[in-house]
Amino acid sequence: MFWDEKTETLPKRDLEELQLKRLKKTVASVQNVEFYRRLLREAGVRPEDIRTLADIEKIPFTRKQDLRDGYPFGFFAVPIHEVVRIHTTSGTTGKPTVVGYTRNDLETWAHLIARNMTMVGLTDRDIFQNMVNYGMFTGGLGFHYGAEKVGMTVIPSATGNTKRQIEMIQDFGVTAIHCTPSYAMHLAEVAEETGAHLESLTTGLFGAEPWSDAMRAELEKKLGVTAFDSYGLSELFGPGVAFECPERDGLHIWHDCYLVEIIDPATGETLGDGERGELVVTPLVKEAMPLLRYRTGDITMRFEDDCLCGRAKKIARITGRSDDMLVIRGINVFPSQIEHVLLRIPEVGNHFMVYVDRVNHLDEMTIDVEINRDYFSGELQDLARIQKKVVKELRDTLELRTTVKLVEPGSLPRFEGKAKRVIDRRGEM
Amino acid sequence: MKENKFVIKQISVFSENKPGRLAAIARALQEEKINIMAFSIAEADGFGVVRALVDKPKKAHEKLGELGFNVAFTDVIAVQMKDEPGGLYETARILGEGHINIEYAYAYSGKEAAVLILRVDNVEAAIAAIQKGGGTLIESSLFQ
Repeated sequence: MFWDEKTETLPKRDLEELQLKRLKKTVASVQNVEFYRRLLREAGVRPEDIRTLADIEKIPFTRKQDLRDGYPFGFFAVPIHEVVRIHTTSGTTGKPTVVGYTRNDLETWAHLIARNMTMVGLTDRDIFQNMVNYGMFTGGLGFHYGAEKVGMTVIPSATGNTKRQIEMIQDFGVTAIHCTPSYAMHLAEVAEETGAHLESLTTGLFGAEPWSDAMRAELEKKLGVTAFDSYGLSELFGPGVAFECPERDGLHIWHDCYLVEIIDPATGETLGDGERGELVVTPLVKEAMPLLRYRTGDITMRFEDDCLCGRAKKIARITGRSDDMLVIRGINVFPSQIEHVLLRIPEVGNHFMVYVDRVNHLDEMTIDVEINRDYFSGELQDLARIQKKVVKELRDTLELRTTVKLVEPGSLPRFEGKAKRVIDRRGEM
Repeated sequence: MKENKFVIKQISVFSENKPGRLAAIARALQEEKINIMAFSIAEADGFGVVRALVDKPKKAHEKLGELGFNVAFTDVIAVQMKDEPGGLYETARILGEGHINIEYAYAYSGKEAAVLILRVDNVEAAIAAIQKGGGTLIESSLFQ
C-alpha cells in the first residue's frame, strides 16, 4: 500500500531531477545560516556551483559537533517566530542538540511517517499505541502526528507502567504498537508472566536502537505481530527517515526528501553501492533547519538493486556506529556527556567507567566514579548524598536512569592515549 | 573546654564493597602496630565506611592515607555501661531523656565494662546531657 504512490515510486530520472531541484533550494536556504555561509565560502563553493547531484561532493560535511557549537538556534534558517516546535536530542557534551520545525516541516514529517505506516499495511482502521517517550524525544510526537495523519485511533500511552500498557492493549483492542525492541521484549515477557493475551495485535513498529533478526523472530512469536524496523534521527526530523517495507529486507529511505551518500568514516571518501560505511544525509525538504551532508554516525550500505515494492534502492539495517555513541533503552548517550556531567560535580573525580548490561531485556547502565578525596567527611550519609547527586545530574542531562557506584580514589584505570571507558556487555540483541 | 577530654577521634575509611578491602586496612594498621579497640562497618549501595577506634589515630590516618585510602576523623563519644542485663537500657534511657539523637552507634564488651560508642549531631550537648543524667563517659586518653 502507498500513502503517496506517485512520489514514492518516481522513475529514476524524475527522482534525480526532483532531488537536484531540492538540493539547489537547500543550498540557497542555508545561506541564512552563518555556519554554512562560512563553510561554503571557505570551501570555495557558490550556490551556482551545484549543477548536478554529484556536485554535492564539493561541500564539506556537517558533524554533530558543529550543531553543538551552534547551540541553541545557530542552525535555524528561518526567524524563530516561524519555528513552531523544538525538540532536542543528545549532544556530544552537556548541551543537547536542538532541532526546530516550521509548520511545513511538521506537515512533511507527519506525511513521511504516514508513508511508512501505510507501507507496512496500517490504515485508519488501526488502533495504535505509541509506547515511547513523548516530550523532547522526537519518537513520541513524531509517530503520534503521523498516525493521526493516517487516521488511526492513537493512544499516546508513552513509556512505563507495563501492566497498564498491557491492559490498554487488551481493553482498547490495539492492533499496532510502536516502541523500542527491548521494551517490546519486556512487554511480551510481562504479558507471558501474567497470562495476558494480546491477540488483537498485528503490527509492531520497533526502532531507536539496533536489533537483530533473531530478536525479530522472538518478538513476532511472543507478541503475534509482524515486526518492522524504523530508522530516524532528530537532526533529520526524527523517526520516519527510513523504514522497512513488507519485504523486510533493508530500509526504504525516502529519496525525494533525503539525499543519501555512504562514506568511509575514516577518509570521508564516497563509497559505492554494496559497500559498507557511514550514512551521510542531506535533507532536501527541511525549512527550519536545513543541513548539508550530515554525518549520521550510523553504519549501513546502499543496496545495489531496487526493491521489488517499487520504492527504489534501500539501505541496510543499521549495524553499528562510526563513533562511540551508545544507545541505552532507545536513548542516545555519548561518553563525553558523562564526562561533562562529572566535571561539574566537585565531590567526584573525572575518571569513570561505564558498564552496559541487559537485565530482563532492558539496558542498564552502571557508572563507576571515584569519590574526591577532599570531599570525604567520614559519614556514610554524605557519601549516599553524593551518589544521589551524581545519579540526578546524569538523569537531568542524559534523561536516563543510571546506577552510580562510588569507588575509591585512584582505583579506576588511567588511560594513556585512547581511553576505553565503556564496557558494553549486552552482546547482540 | 574541659568536655573535650571526652571527645574521641574515630577514623572513618571509605571502602568499596568488595573482597579484600577490610584485610588491606587491617594489615596496614598491623604494620604500624596500631591496636583496634572497636570497629564497625556501615554499608550502603556498593560502598561502605569502616569506622574504628584505634590507639594511634593520627598514625592510622597517615598510614592509610599513604596507601591511597580515603580517611577522615570523626568525633565520637564513649559511654560506659554495666556489663549485665539492663546495662544498655540504663544508658539508652539517659540518652533518650537527654534528647540526644544518635546518628550511629556500636558497642563492645571489654574486661571491666561494656562500652557504647556514639556518633551524635551535637557532641558538646550530648556530653553535658549524659553527665547530667548520671552516665559515665570515658575519656579519650583511655583509648588514645
